[in-house]
Amino acid sequence: MTATALETGRKRLWAGESGESVSRNLILAGVLVALLVIGAITQPQLYGDSAWVWSNVLSILQLASVVGVVTVGMTFVIIGGGIDLSVGAIVALAGVWSTTLATQSFGAGGMIFTAIVVGIAVGLVNGFLISYGKLVPFIATLAMLVAARGLAASISGKQTQISSSDLINGIASTKLLGIPILVYILAAVAVAGWVLLNRTTFGRRTVAVGGNPEAARLAGINVKRHTMLLYALSGLCCGIAAIMLTAQATSAQAAMANLYELDAIAAAIIGGTLLSGGRGTIVGSVLGVLIFATITNLFAINGLSTEAQNMVKGGIIVAAVLVQQFRFQSVTRLFNRKP
Amino acid sequence: MASINRRGLLFGGAAVGAGALLTACTSNEAAPTAAQTKAVDAAAGGNAAPGEKVVIGFSAPAADHGWLAAITTNAKAQAATFSDVEFKSVESGSDAAAQRAALSTLLAQKPNVIVLLPHDGKELNSFGLEAMTAGVQVVNLDRAFPDRRAYRTQVLGDNYGMGVAAANYVIEQMKAKGVAAPVIGEIAGMDELELTQTRSKGFSDTLTAAGFTVANRRAARFTVDSGQQEASQLLQALPKIDALWNHDDDQGIGVLAALNQANRKEMIMVGGAGSKQAIEAIQADDSPLKATVTYSPSMASSAISLARLIGQGKGLGDLVELQVPKEIVLSSETITKDNAADYLKFGF
Repeated sequence: MTATALETGRKRLWAGESGESVSRNLILAGVLVALLVIGAITQPQLYGDSAWVWSNVLSILQLASVVGVVTVGMTFVIIGGGIDLSVGAIVALAGVWSTTLATQSFGAGGMIFTAIVVGIAVGLVNGFLISYGKLVPFIATLAMLVAARGLAASISGKQTQISSSDLINGIASTKLLGIPILVYILAAVAVAGWVLLNRTTFGRRTVAVGGNPEAARLAGINVKRHTMLLYALSGLCCGIAAIMLTAQATSAQAAMANLYELDAIAAAIIGGTLLSGGRGTIVGSVLGVLIFATITNLFAINGLSTEAQNMVKGGIIVAAVLVQQFRFQSVTRLFNRKP
Repeated sequence: MASINRRGLLFGGAAVGAGALLTACTSNEAAPTAAQTKAVDAAAGGNAAPGEKVVIGFSAPAADHGWLAAITTNAKAQAATFSDVEFKSVESGSDAAAQRAALSTLLAQKPNVIVLLPHDGKELNSFGLEAMTAGVQVVNLDRAFPDRRAYRTQVLGDNYGMGVAAANYVIEQMKAKGVAAPVIGEIAGMDELELTQTRSKGFSDTLTAAGFTVANRRAARFTVDSGQQEASQLLQALPKIDALWNHDDDQGIGVLAALNQANRKEMIMVGGAGSKQAIEAIQADDSPLKATVTYSPSMASSAISLARLIGQGKGLGDLVELQVPKEIVLSSETITKDNAADYLKFGF
């Protein structure tokens, strides 16, 4: 019976992947194109120069790269039925820890190792508190948000730590075949995330755990361990993002990656990830991040204020959730009959 | 016992090893930047001679960036240069309410003078009144109290003046280069703060008077990564820039990184605040950063010196008046390659 439950769950996931979520992602891609068209209409003289258009596309991709990597991890956590409010703080902590003078003395390899291990370790602590300490994810990661920033501030002595590693800084300033390395990293993380979610048992377990943890447990999934791993995965993404952000800013400080948790959650939500878990796509999340980056770019090239930009972003989040709710209600009415 | 398998042991061992390695990596033993203090010049007939003992209480918000950290360091160091000053510093937490609580315990210890940098001048105005009523003199640092009875003396920076100084430097450089209609960009700090608005107003007022305008303005958040992001977008908006003013040197590290990443070196850039890093870059003259306008945390050192004089009932040596003035607004000075050496000791 449990096998059948999983089997139907899987079928529904695949049906969703080929049907509903693809159409949703096409809509998002359409929004993205529309934003670019608005840019072209409002700034025809800039968009008339093809070299500028290419550099602008790369600039949007670079702007999206760091938050994009964080969002991939966040998408897994949310699909798995959780939430990670500590991602910005983890990025800051991993960034600061990997740029202390002691770490920098080990060179770029040491810095990357440190950022990734710190990210995973903090994620594991989050996961442990949530799985085995039975803390609500919201509370556990909120506590981690405060604590990790505190630790970052105490390690850095509230100073900005300059990265003197040319190799690290080069991640943000080097291009391969005309495309910045940061964009390759985002692409690699997104592809890895897509494969992990759609082509492995880990991914299917994530959907099962988020959709109905009790059913997943009865089906033989170790829900606690799986939940812990999801937060570790989010931490890993934060560690990678910390290296990217340090490279971009050529430095790290405790206040960096401010409010990235909101950017990542918002991108995942407008990308179609269900906040209650059990559904979501990596493609949608990445499109969500790109939409936000394009809005920032659109406001910048038109010289509009940051306040207006934030209000528009807020409006888009609300609109996306409203649309999602209506669609979801109609879907649940069909599938979700209570016993 | 059975639950400890080989894989668990391996992972556990690796985790402990990595942990041990990483805890060693938190050390950050850099030479601290020297505090900006000034001993009183006895030869100038100043107030050098130790007078009656003054107990100075000090409170500033928990530092989240270099400038605020330098404020506390400077106050402490300046107090240490006086043999007749006893310095009592309290931790002030992260918001106005926490600072208020800390200040109450400080007030209970009856210091002669309290020097404080309030979280918010309006919110802590009532404390100023309370202390002054209790007979403790209050020296407000940087964030003005609206009520003039709430303080004995205020030492303030000049946010509007920063904008004016930055604009004047830009105007002078553009005229020297013969650029008639320059494209001017601005990277502001946190836009929701009044001080950011004041800085921007000083900048645009002065530019307007010279017939120039700001072509595009982006607000960052005083952090390096936000400086980089906003600058990268400003560069997209303006394919050619003649002059760029960035409000804060700390976020300026990010702005310079963005210029470097986009390979844009055509403009002159002016910074703000006067960090050590920025002054060194100006001196080296190998980046677009050509000047910075000061908003120096040395004001904390001056506030301690004034607090001592207030406690002893003395005035400023060079002024005619017998007492310390009610308000001192520091002027925002322009640091360029020519005078960078003089200002290096003020960098934080």
